[in-house]
Amino acid sequence: MQQIINFLIRNKNNILFLLLLTFSLFLTIQSHSYQKSKFISSANFLSGGIYSWTSNINSYFNLEQYNLRLLEENERLRTRLASYEDTLNVKSFTDTSSFEASYIFRASEVINNNYAKVDNYLTLKSGARDGIERDMGVVTSRGIVGIVENVSPNYSTVISILNSNSRINAQLKKSNHFGSLVWNGEDPNVVQLTDVPSVAPIAEGDTIITGGRSLIFPKGLLIGYVKNYSLDQSESYYNIDVQLFNDMTNIGYVYIIENTQQAEIRALQDLSKDE
Amino acid sequence: MNSIVLTNSLRFIILLLLQVLLLNNINFLGYINPYLYVLFLILYPFNGNQTLFIFLSFLLGWGVDIFEDSGGINAAACLVAAYIRPALLRFSFGVSYDYQTIKFSSTQPGSRISYVVIMVLVHHFVLFLLEFFNFAHFLLLLKKTFFSALFTIILVFLTLALFNRKSTR
Repeated sequence: MQQIINFLIRNKNNILFLLLLTFSLFLTIQSHSYQKSKFISSANFLSGGIYSWTSNINSYFNLEQYNLRLLEENERLRTRLASYEDTLNVKSFTDTSSFEASYIFRASEVINNNYAKVDNYLTLKSGARDGIERDMGVVTSRGIVGIVENVSPNYSTVISILNSNSRINAQLKKSNHFGSLVWNGEDPNVVQLTDVPSVAPIAEGDTIITGGRSLIFPKGLLIGYVKNYSLDQSESYYNIDVQLFNDMTNIGYVYIIENTQQAEIRALQDLSKDE
Repeated sequence: MNSIVLTNSLRFIILLLLQVLLLNNINFLGYINPYLYVLFLILYPFNGNQTLFIFLSFLLGWGVDIFEDSGGINAAACLVAAYIRPALLRFSFGVSYDYQTIKFSSTQPGSRISYVVIMVLVHHFVLFLLEFFNFAHFLLLLKKTFFSALFTIILVFLTLALFNRKSTR
């Protein structure tokens, strides 16, 4: 017994080192696996508070740009509204590409944004008290930003599309060929669309939109345009570089999308899976 | 003794806040960030308690991780750097370290540079290795390590020059 204690005391530095290293590697591995609630994240009281305090100061410097973006969005929405008024008389009118009423949008402010790492996250200034839940989509007026991961009472963290774990369903606007949106970790304004079949008609400049196959984003939200594309080794799928409409390095304000029918659809899908 | 504890605690807090609020947002040329908080590991008293040092380094790294949502990569990098520090001190400062009498400000410039450079390189390499978490982008990893380390080293020496007025040899 004496010898064991002596051994522990003699090697206390090595033991402490190995113990803490194991713990930090555990945290690292956990952060690399998608869809696992983190045991601690920047959506906590202390770091969230400090981040919202500094973003209060920072947001003043970008006010002009945010105003411009709002004006731009208003213009687009007004144009759209005008075209709706024109068609109100047509009784059988249905717009399949527009949002159903089953989506609720909530505005929020980004208080922390990473884009220079391989796995990037954002922190938002609204949380469970504002009705934010895990797996809600986050967009700006110009395109998608990411998916809510962790929620605390007042803050939430978002897996950015600039994250090696993020996979989002996306498709070409002009045809219905879809693929997965991933990021290779290089340019924060260019993401990659993979698994698009090679029969899809594609050209540089084509618009990429969300596919609506996931329960998170409605179909038809803007993402970006085709910058360049190539066939993969088997020559059956395209690898497409997508230039984002969003400037991921300057986000500011976002909308969080809640799909009110998510639970119902998921329950139905689980039912079919069981059989 | 108390002033050493106070200086190191203050340095801990100031470097942590400086790192997460300012330096993580620099993104020079798109991806180069300095990790100046390594300065805490570099300046921690050479004859201080090693067990406490390992623990404090872990806390500092983990603090940065919590703010950055990066799991435990900074914590692991700090731990490795703190763990190899005694060996590194012996390598850089030779015999004088064994007598435990030296202070950072009173060392030879040459050995001081080698100590800082190796310390920063080790920390950054472990950090980016864990951030990428695979060897597919090994060249990108080396590139990122090299440029970020260069940036950090420059900042470390600038900070030292700025705050070391009184200890001119």
